[in-house]
Amino acid sequence: MKLSELFAQGKFVVTGEIGPPKGCHLGHLMHEAEEYLSRVDGINVTDLQAAAMRVGSLVTCKRLLEHGLNPVLQVVCRDRNRISLQSELLGAAEFGVDNVLCLTGDHNILGDHPDSMPVFDLDSVSLIRAGQTLMAGKDMAGNELEGDPPSLCLGCVVNPGADPVEPQIIKLKMKQDAGAHFCQTQAVYDVDVYKRFKDAVDKAGITMPIMGGLVMLKSAGMAKYMNRMVAGVFVPPNLVQRMTDTDDKPKTSIEITVELINGLKPYCEGIHIMSLGWDQYVPAVLEGAGLGR
Amino acid sequence: MIVTERKPLEELAAMFAGEKGTYLVACSGCPVGHKTGDEASLAQLEADLKAQGVNVLGRTSIDFLCNKALVALRLMKVLEDVQSADSLLVSSCGIGVQAVGATVDKPVHPSMNTISMGGFQGLWPSEERCAQCGDCSLDLTGGICPVTFCSKSLLNGSCGGSDKGNCEVHKDVPCGWTLIYERLKKTGRLDQLSKLNLLKNRDLMRVKPEARKGSVWALELIEPEPEPQPEGKPA
Repeated sequence: MKLSELFAQGKFVVTGEIGPPKGCHLGHLMHEAEEYLSRVDGINVTDLQAAAMRVGSLVTCKRLLEHGLNPVLQVVCRDRNRISLQSELLGAAEFGVDNVLCLTGDHNILGDHPDSMPVFDLDSVSLIRAGQTLMAGKDMAGNELEGDPPSLCLGCVVNPGADPVEPQIIKLKMKQDAGAHFCQTQAVYDVDVYKRFKDAVDKAGITMPIMGGLVMLKSAGMAKYMNRMVAGVFVPPNLVQRMTDTDDKPKTSIEITVELINGLKPYCEGIHIMSLGWDQYVPAVLEGAGLGR
Repeated sequence: MIVTERKPLEELAAMFAGEKGTYLVACSGCPVGHKTGDEASLAQLEADLKAQGVNVLGRTSIDFLCNKALVALRLMKVLEDVQSADSLLVSSCGIGVQAVGATVDKPVHPSMNTISMGGFQGLWPSEERCAQCGDCSLDLTGGICPVTFCSKSLLNGSCGGSDKGNCEVHKDVPCGWTLIYERLKKTGRLDQLSKLNLLKNRDLMRVKPEARKGSVWALELIEPEPEPQPEGKPA
């Protein structure tokens, strides 16, 4: 199911996210996804997240489909050239993976194989354009595809908290012009920051649906770490304090996430929940916010 | 010697839309040796651009544009001309274009593409580097090369890892795309970013077999003399 069809129906779309493991056994991951993420509209599958070697995204998406779940294939430009990236999109279409999220990808140096070769033959903008080219029945070199062309819903990302944010918005407009159908944001913890971003997005003529991104806080330490290390993510002091003071971290984290969803909801077309292994608490978040199928 | 070739006239002429006049700054180092920036080539470039309606206010040649101190010193001598121009057209390799852009707060337009020669970086390299990609986009990126200044060589804007002007890979290294954004903003040309949508033809980055022959590749090789023409027959 394409997320673009849900947006077209006027639905407030909710997606979750899973990260494939470093190994070749997906049973546990599938069990968790089935158990806790069956109520979301789509499940992002990260592509070698944090530049660490793991089992691939497309393989994991195929397994999700076999379990009756709707995957969103994440594709990064770090590890493959344009030949392989186009091939991956065709493979997704063959499997019936309808949604593809196009990203640049973290640099290899930040991952567990810093001695590897970075590729970046394409970037997020040219990857989206490559997807549109394939959907028009040709490859990037202009060769005709055999049979019906693939039909995909192409997504992209943006970081509302980036400093400066203007270059991010200019690039988001380029992604829309290249043919992106929807956007998911980096984690947001401050509704006012998101509102300012949304105003700038509207002024730039960006009309594609945007899903506010939320990372569930697991502890005060995690919040402080993100403030120090993750570009454009800022957890305000009052939220850090609540995670410090609480005796029940999951409960407080769920409360904060629900509050953020309620705050963001009037300004976005959906929510992307990154639970980072806390999948078991996603149903409570959906329940609290009155969301999900 | 860095090998350069003149950009197609159509691409060059399009760079000056909306400008009243440009000033030509030429490197009299490698481009002279390679006969892409010698006196005859510069006169031709100027004439071709004038025929396209581009107002070239004047020109100056500087020995090795890769030497920023020399560029600043020599441009002081023609300060009035430089100030009255909307932009500078730079006849040099990618390093020279970036060095001029870093010296003067004016938009810089590259007149040439720098052909892959496998790493030679000018005679006085500073922080600017040229990847010799054969398809110079410095015109759109404020005279700062995204291929060499961005850790991922991204062509269409910064990634999500750019943090307060620094790169995600090395926190103490500036994000190349933030530098580009700031330079374009300073020179009132942020609209250049909306024209990007770039895709590199990587084939142009490979050293061509013909470039591996003769003195442009290895100085000790002597290029063959041209075949003598039979007497009485025009060459």
